[in-house]
Amino acid sequence: MSKELIHLNNISKSFDGQMVLDELNLTIHENEFVTLLGPSGCGKTTTLRILGGFATPDTGSVIFDGRDITNLPPNLRPLNTVFQKYALFTHMNIAENIAFGLKIRKKSKDYIADKIRYALKLVNLEGYENRMPDSLSGGQQQRIAIARAIVNEPRVLLLDEPLGALDLKLRQEMQYELIRMKNELGITFVYVTHDQEEALTMSDTIVVMNQGYIQQIGSPESIYNEPENAFVADFIGDSNIIPATMIEDKLVSILGTRFACVDTGFGHNKPVDVVIRPEDVELVAPAQGTLTGEVTHLIFKGVHYEMEVMAGGFEWLVHSTVLHPVGEKVGVRVDPYNIQIMNKPESEDEEAVAIDI
Amino acid sequence: MKNTAKKIYIALIFLFLYAPIATLMVLSFNASKTRAKWGGFTFKWYTQLIQNDDILKALGNTLLIALLSSVIATVIGTVACIAMNHMKKRTRTVMMGITNIPMLNADIVTGISLMLLFISFGLRFGFGTILLAHITFNIPYVILSVMPRMKQLNPSIYEAALDLGASPFNAFRRVVFPDLLPGILSGFLMAFTMSLDDFIITHFTKGAGVDTLSTKIYTEVRKGIKPEMYALSTIIFLSVLVLLLLVNAAPDKQDPRADKKQASRF
Amino acid sequence: MTSKNKWLSAPYTLWSAVFIIIPLCMIFYYGLTDKTGAFTLENITAIATAEHAKALRLSILLSLISTLLCFLLAYPLAMILTNMKVSQHSFIILIFILPMWMNFLLRTLAWQTLLEKNGVINNILTFLHLPNINIINTPYAIILGMVYNFLPFMVLPLYNALSKIDENVINAARDLGADNVHTFFRIILPLSVPGIISGISMVFVPALTTFVISSLLGGSKILLIGNVIDQEFTQASNWHLGSGLSIVLMLFIILNMIASAVFDKDGEGSML
Repeated sequence: MSKELIHLNNISKSFDGQMVLDELNLTIHENEFVTLLGPSGCGKTTTLRILGGFATPDTGSVIFDGRDITNLPPNLRPLNTVFQKYALFTHMNIAENIAFGLKIRKKSKDYIADKIRYALKLVNLEGYENRMPDSLSGGQQQRIAIARAIVNEPRVLLLDEPLGALDLKLRQEMQYELIRMKNELGITFVYVTHDQEEALTMSDTIVVMNQGYIQQIGSPESIYNEPENAFVADFIGDSNIIPATMIEDKLVSILGTRFACVDTGFGHNKPVDVVIRPEDVELVAPAQGTLTGEVTHLIFKGVHYEMEVMAGGFEWLVHSTVLHPVGEKVGVRVDPYNIQIMNKPESEDEEAVAIDI
Repeated sequence: MKNTAKKIYIALIFLFLYAPIATLMVLSFNASKTRAKWGGFTFKWYTQLIQNDDILKALGNTLLIALLSSVIATVIGTVACIAMNHMKKRTRTVMMGITNIPMLNADIVTGISLMLLFISFGLRFGFGTILLAHITFNIPYVILSVMPRMKQLNPSIYEAALDLGASPFNAFRRVVFPDLLPGILSGFLMAFTMSLDDFIITHFTKGAGVDTLSTKIYTEVRKGIKPEMYALSTIIFLSVLVLLLLVNAAPDKQDPRADKKQASRF
Repeated sequence: MTSKNKWLSAPYTLWSAVFIIIPLCMIFYYGLTDKTGAFTLENITAIATAEHAKALRLSILLSLISTLLCFLLAYPLAMILTNMKVSQHSFIILIFILPMWMNFLLRTLAWQTLLEKNGVINNILTFLHLPNINIINTPYAIILGMVYNFLPFMVLPLYNALSKIDENVINAARDLGADNVHTFFRIILPLSVPGIISGISMVFVPALTTFVISSLLGGSKILLIGNVIDQEFTQASNWHLGSGLSIVLMLFIILNMIASAVFDKDGEGSML
């Protein structure tokens, strides 16, 4: 991994007595695409605002490239922000919007003109210099907001739910655009979203947050495949979260039936939660299954069928390309490496998280 | 430091705005009949006020005109908003332009134009002409506070009501009207206040023998204002103040959602 | 819907035709005719006579000064109020509308009491060993009366326009490197232009045309154009001359209307 760029040290922040961030620690590396992911009110936007300088933490410090910038005003920070709903200057045309930061830095006319052309090319909106922001579509305004920020050559670009107001198709298109832009610019992106698919698609690192705490930090694959707790498992994709008992290493009792697994180090006869993704549940003939059950619901989802199977007293969510009609008796089987064991929540806060789901 | 400066600035502005009002209140308790001297504290003007038929008559006229003109203006204005909402854009722009004329025009011009109108129609100047004039300058206040709410209104809610079986009238009364109500109320209050405070237009459209408080005060200026007038204004001001404080304080405790409605009271 | 709509629009259409449009036409009719009913421009050119021109010049001067003062006082105030983030928007408006419930004439007269030679203000100044002010019955008192009466009409549109500016737009400017001064002149001020224009026209027109403030605070010697027109109607009964002079006044008002139409298309700077 490349050089460390930003450290958030023990950041706490509360509004009106309500704790929004509680002793948050986070390290962001150079040239990394970091996504802060979580439900509304989890503290992700506050974290971004603290990075941008629009909010001051109650305690803790923000270290940027070895320098403490906790109390530095936003106009002096080497980062730029792409705001929710774009926040374009409606009284200026597109060129003036993009040139705003450069004019303040007293750059030469030629330099500014070059930068505008380059930025508009980067966001695929060449020739829009003289349009007014109001005359642009949401997606185009979004691109201008990005162009306006990146011409200042920030070392970090902060993006606050930038695709939230766009429709699905455009959103997916913009995801690829953003990845392309990031690679072209070679700078760090800190991205805030509540959309797990967006996070999985674009990020190098995902920071899952809830109620002011970081729940898990990791690559998209590790977050998806090895969620550390029930909140992460549930928030990222569909999943079956089942209370279970770890009998010994590599053996877990789920719903009273023993399943082989690959996890070790949880101790003997210890209560745990297991996560099994719906696509990892295999439906086989009753005789071949570890558990047997009956299909209770069936929905066609396009790529696959979504079924619910009552087995062992638990309603299993199953994704499969093979159709099993409602009422069919089936066997349930799970490959050992598809069973993810998680510790039961210990602290009260984490308990609250579990209930919140 | 910066905050203190801001607070001092706000305080000075409010002193500027409310100093004359405080002065008038003090004068209403001044035993001396001239404004220049403090002659001791008295309630005399308040008791004499009750016997002063002239002032009470003017007060009656003022309140009646304010009430009638603002009610009529509210009805006409609200209906006009509903109609304008369905108009073609160009027609609506023209109508809104006309609506803006009494707002942007000088009161003196509005006053004399109405005076000339009443003269050529041969109307007898008096209560009726004042009322017509007040309705005219009140309607724009109603339209300008109802129209924004009309624009915010989600057109689907009217259709949803129809879809659920309401007749057009019922759909309007039960679904659209409650949404417009805050705008209508603030328009009404605004109109009432403007009517009450008006002097210039009344000055040109009143006839001999009919007076509102404003015109009465204007004629008294040269002879010297009767202290009963100070007493009366103090009573009016304080009752409005108490009323507004009650209205503003009460719903907060019962219903936090009332905040939203309050925000658009004016 | 359309046939019903015609019925709904009828009352106001009729009302505005009879009580707004026709009266304005009457001013033009009277202003452009003499007592015999013949067409003439004399009532309009009468503005050039020494007495009328002086009144008009003084009116323009005093109303421009008052408008400027109102703007300078109101803008910082509106900014402070916006930044206070009072949850109740209505409360702010209320504070500025409340004085209207004390009669306008009495409120203005109260300034006489405050400004008089032995009035409250001079007593306080004497107590503080400061020089007394003697502005009653001078143009300065008229300016004070104008600023006092019309300040709310400047504050409210400005407050409205300023509180409509998205906080993130200001944050964006800061983010792009603008300091407070830049943010103010490049972002906040331009975005509040609709409120400024609306405020200026709400103050300038009544100040230009007032005859009450000048007669209450200016003594009987200072004549504004409003006083001249008032006298033509209520004392001299020369409606033709009064209408003619009103037409001249309306030129300024129309200029004002055009300015508001150009700068404030969506009514963003409205007072309510």
